[in-house]
Amino acid sequence: MTRLTGGLIDRNAPLNFTFNGKAYKGFQGDTLASALLANGVQLMGRSFKYHRPRGVFAAGSEEPNAMVELRTGARQEPNTRATVTELFDGLIARSQNHVGPLERDFMAVNDLLSPFFAAGFYYKTFMWPKVFWEKLYEPMIRKAAGLGSLSMLPDPDDYDKGFLHCDLLVVGGGAAGLAAALTAGRAGAEVVLADEDFALGGRLTMESDLLNEAAATDWIASVKAELESLPNVRIMTRTTVFGVYDHGIYGAVERVSDHLAVPGDKVRQTLWRITAKRAVLAAGATERHMPFADNDRPGVMLAGAMRAYANRWAASPVKRDSDAIAIFTNGDDGHRTAMDLIAKGAKVMGVIDAREAAPRFGDYDVYAGATVTGTKGRLGLTSIEITRNGRSQWHNVGALGVAGGWNPNVHLASHHRGRPVWDDNLLAFVPGPNGPQGLIPAGAAAGKGGTAEALTDGMTAAITALSEIGVTASEIALPQAENMPSEQVAFWHVPGKKRAWVDFQNDVTVKDIALAHKENMTPVEHLKRWTTLGMATDQGKTSNISALAVMAELTGKSIPETGTTIFRPPYTGVSLGVLGGGDTGPLFRPRRLTPTHGWAEAQGAEFVEVGPWMRAQYFPRAGETTWRETVDREVLAVRSGVGLCDVTTLGKVDVQGADAGEFLNRMYSNMMGTLKVGMVRYGLMLREDGHAYDDGTCARMAEDHYVVTTTTANAGLVYRQMEFAHQCLWPELDVQLISTTDAWAQIAVAGPKSRELLSRIVDEFDLSNEAFPFMACSELTICNGLRARLFRISFSGELAYEIAVPARYGHALMQRLMEQGADLGATPYGTEALAVLRIEKGHAAGAELNGQTTAQMLGLGKMVSAKKDSIGAVMSRREGMAADKRRLVGLKSIEPQKQAMAGSHLFTEGAVQDMSTDQGWLTSSCYSPHLNGYIALGFLENGDTRMGEIIVAANPVEGQTVKLEVVSAHFVDPEGGRLRA
Amino acid sequence: MLIPHPLLGLRDSQEFTYLGDASLMQRPDASAQNAEAEFCDYVFLRDNPAGEHRELWFHEQGDRSWLVVTRDTTTHEILGAELASDVKGAVK
Repeated sequence: MTRLTGGLIDRNAPLNFTFNGKAYKGFQGDTLASALLANGVQLMGRSFKYHRPRGVFAAGSEEPNAMVELRTGARQEPNTRATVTELFDGLIARSQNHVGPLERDFMAVNDLLSPFFAAGFYYKTFMWPKVFWEKLYEPMIRKAAGLGSLSMLPDPDDYDKGFLHCDLLVVGGGAAGLAAALTAGRAGAEVVLADEDFALGGRLTMESDLLNEAAATDWIASVKAELESLPNVRIMTRTTVFGVYDHGIYGAVERVSDHLAVPGDKVRQTLWRITAKRAVLAAGATERHMPFADNDRPGVMLAGAMRAYANRWAASPVKRDSDAIAIFTNGDDGHRTAMDLIAKGAKVMGVIDAREAAPRFGDYDVYAGATVTGTKGRLGLTSIEITRNGRSQWHNVGALGVAGGWNPNVHLASHHRGRPVWDDNLLAFVPGPNGPQGLIPAGAAAGKGGTAEALTDGMTAAITALSEIGVTASEIALPQAENMPSEQVAFWHVPGKKRAWVDFQNDVTVKDIALAHKENMTPVEHLKRWTTLGMATDQGKTSNISALAVMAELTGKSIPETGTTIFRPPYTGVSLGVLGGGDTGPLFRPRRLTPTHGWAEAQGAEFVEVGPWMRAQYFPRAGETTWRETVDREVLAVRSGVGLCDVTTLGKVDVQGADAGEFLNRMYSNMMGTLKVGMVRYGLMLREDGHAYDDGTCARMAEDHYVVTTTTANAGLVYRQMEFAHQCLWPELDVQLISTTDAWAQIAVAGPKSRELLSRIVDEFDLSNEAFPFMACSELTICNGLRARLFRISFSGELAYEIAVPARYGHALMQRLMEQGADLGATPYGTEALAVLRIEKGHAAGAELNGQTTAQMLGLGKMVSAKKDSIGAVMSRREGMAADKRRLVGLKSIEPQKQAMAGSHLFTEGAVQDMSTDQGWLTSSCYSPHLNGYIALGFLENGDTRMGEIIVAANPVEGQTVKLEVVSAHFVDPEGGRLRA
Repeated sequence: MLIPHPLLGLRDSQEFTYLGDASLMQRPDASAQNAEAEFCDYVFLRDNPAGEHRELWFHEQGDRSWLVVTRDTTTHEILGAELASDVKGAVK
């Protein structure tokens, strides 16, 4: 055990956990990383490419090395950073990316082969021969790639989405963030304060700095209490603001129950969409390292992380208390770590400071003008080589902290392509002037990392942000604090012949960067892709700037001349589960149910998705063994008696106004303005490019009132198009539109007995053929006073009506019709029978109106009126369109029981079957119980002149060919006598 | 993105459906001599400017207004939003 004294852990709340099957103990407040360190565990994983042993390197979300798999079963989660994993009782964690035990990874052989895995390895190696690409290289790379493993089980947890609006979003709850939130909170502004940590305070929780001459935690607690008391402030811990989107919209993930063994009745994570008038970026800074030979051994870590483990988690970085700790630094900051470790009672060997004029702040050895030039220790650091003026000496140490300076976390500030700018005094990139509008960087994220200056800067940023939106905020009394010494020199890496790691997670070394330079991959974007630098799950948070500095040195340019890559969301990894936000399974999208859905369910109907709707597909009865048996019965019931089908899903648009007729003339290819009141007309709409778009009926209820219908699938689109035409093309027309699809339940009453059935529910309404002929429409009342609309239209080819009532009466109407029609054999039918009936009648539907067909192909060419302009009319007359001779025909299987599948292509008998001989294709096909055989509709070259010809439908996918006879598309009642009966 | 609806104030772009270039409002005269060529341009050709762009957005999950929104395609800055029917009226 290497647990130190103090820290922000609750020693009264011990927690048990396992790592690679071995049991350990930690405390409430620990992370997995701090608990492992406190148990003397340095080795936590293996690197990606070379499978080198690795230990924890950082103390926050920037961690490149300590990636673990958490939990078991369906909740198994790979690639989780141990540094941000809150410890809970019963946590099960495993290291990843090794074959065999972590201590003896068989894949470590890769490390011996490292000369072959140089920069651009993939590009160079897997190029030739081409035949190996898919069969050998890809499977091999896939097997080797990736760190953790997936459970392959469905995620058992729930996720949610939420929306927040605020005046000021404060990203980060450290010194600057707390000052900003308190300033804005006291001013009465709506404030959201988000921090990825489970505790507020940021670096303040990890430093020994005093505020008001007391522990910083006292001030944090008082600010937290005040913020919690303010109703206008929302504190969101465990919440990472991962992206900045347009116009002040921020994406954030709240890890609601990641810190629990199981979420219980909570969601696992919530995706927040935060719309903020202004934001303060107080995301802090990330320490960088200085590459030197063999700098990747477990035990080598960032000095600031070492300090954080010691101060906040009371965890020492060494395996045994007797092991000494060394610090390698290029500035004052490394000395702070030495001081804090000494204060905690850890054994400090000394500080190796690259500066000749190195200071000494306390009682420890200083190696001025010296560097670390080598390390030893197979699974953990045992000694380091210190070189000064060309003379080297080995020292035994169990851990080494590296302090190379701090990089402001500029990520969010560059999400809108804002380029960070180089600050020569800070030796770091700071947010540039072209960041997202309304986002003000503050504190360490703006390069103001001293405690006193961060506090002031956070307060000032909040005052500035609020003044921009007209809220006056006053200065607050900030705690007394000081800025610790932070002198440093530009020292980036220790030159040498051995491998020195820059990017730990992707195993990129200084040598790789040198090779990339030699191969002319010098622009930063090329460097990234050639070496994979910064492209791992940590996105190079600890390595990008160091790599730039190395490249700058090689090219002889300055760092700002070398440039920097910019960042895009997400700041840290976001799970796909939370992006789905719970929209999975039946919740994937809204399901619309028809007014008779419940009734149909009670009848045992099978349902099918039609666009967003669930429609009854067929209604099986006891004794029926196949769906076909059911559908055949339903079809025959319509043809011989009366059937009922809910057709509510067809789009309905109410069109009113003095110019309604003129407006519809322009929307439909055929004339609608001449339609008599009380009559219905079939209408065909074209797209502006001249292709057929949608069809439906227009019913003229009054001189200035039409009710038009659309197909189910296009209901929304057609309505949108009509509003476009109205508002954007012809606003001068006096017309008003509203979609009434959901307002009216509509039921098709079809079959020779439909008139008889309807006569039993209408209130004194003359249904005779003379009074209410084919294509008539009327408003009326039914069932003693219920208002309704009746349309004598037919999709089935039988005497038929569609009756509409206010949607809430749809269910009751269906029940009433079934009761009243019992002796007539009233039969509910679903979409399957509906399709069979319309194919038998030769009516076009979605398969024929597929966006590639024209009015002429549908046999409706004459409907495109030449007397007027309408959408698509001009383009439909284009030469290429007009010359298309394919026509809609009916097709009958020569062997009646052999089905030709829709999608099959049509060929002349005996012809070679290829593109050049293609004669058209089948659009719809079904078994016709009326004809006792399979029939189909299709588009055939010159089809209208080929009646009686035998052709072949070819379905090469299933190796099927079927002989068909070309017939009229009207298989049933071609004269239309039944419609008019 | 947030769109400043001229009647309803700032609305989230998720409430809208995007159509494209506002030149779609300038439908050619079908009776003109070269109507077919004009319609070909109208249907198939669009400018694709880097910078200021006038475009049509439909407030489909809202009040069903078609808007002409002026947006900088390089920054997504919204420079203005008008009711399409007003724009068309002004042109007339």
